[in-house]
Amino acid sequence: MAVKTIAGVEVKVTEDGYLENMTQWNKEIANEIAKELNIELTDKHFEVLNYLREKTIAKEALTIRSVGKSGIVDIKQLYVLFPKGPLKFSSKIAGIPKPTSCI
Amino acid sequence: METLGLEIEKKIVTKEKKPLEKVCLICAKGNLEDVYASLVMANGAVMEGIELNLFFTFFGLEGITKKSMNHLHTATTGNPAMKMPGGLPFPTMLGGLPGVESAVSAMMRKQMDELGMPPVDEFLEMITAGGGNIYACKLAVDMFKLTKEDLSDEVKGIITIGEFYELCDGDRTQIIFT
Repeated sequence: MAVKTIAGVEVKVTEDGYLENMTQWNKEIANEIAKELNIELTDKHFEVLNYLREKTIAKEALTIRSVGKSGIVDIKQLYVLFPKGPLKFSSKIAGIPKPTSCI
Repeated sequence: METLGLEIEKKIVTKEKKPLEKVCLICAKGNLEDVYASLVMANGAVMEGIELNLFFTFFGLEGITKKSMNHLHTATTGNPAMKMPGGLPFPTMLGGLPGVESAVSAMMRKQMDELGMPPVDEFLEMITAGGGNIYACKLAVDMFKLTKEDLSDEVKGIITIGEFYELCDGDRTQIIFT
């Protein structure tokens, strides 16, 4: 665990850079983490991020399949929004824990 | 002199991470569990941003043949790991009775569905949606007298093993046979 300043806020992050506490998240933090991953966030990105956060609060397991069935994006679009890390990068930007799903 | 040796050793040991860049999977068996093992590993690679080639050969072709891919079976005979519901061993004699394999396989597919595992056709779509490539082995396709039309639309091509190896270039590539 480490403390990192993201968008002017001191946040606790894991070794892999995921937020320890998802309540510390805000849009500016999301934008800055995304920039590190070379992703520029659009409204569509935020729709996905909010969905991921809601599901995490509801303690539902996240898979790219469930995101693909969310009605927000299909799996192909999810890969376009978060290249090379549809679940990993989106979770990181959403400030939620690293995904533990294999699918 | 000895310290110098240690210094050099330290330098060599310096950890440089060399993440996988490409995974090439060969699925040669058509059991439910073998096909799914390949699919999970293939999809996992794509999700990690790793380039993926998935090659189906011999009975593995069952996993990409439209007619059979969503009705794969698991073997109820010759499978010592098979258990009865409740955990008792599954008698091989019972596994050989007509209909038992179908029923057990349907039950397994249902359990997998409850865990969020997609059916094979959807799984193949998930893999190609992320940029993964799926191929069928030419020799096996000819042997089973199949055509491109018999295979899932997600199959990119019917290729020879030589062509497959050409796709496996790169020094951070792993070939996995399941």
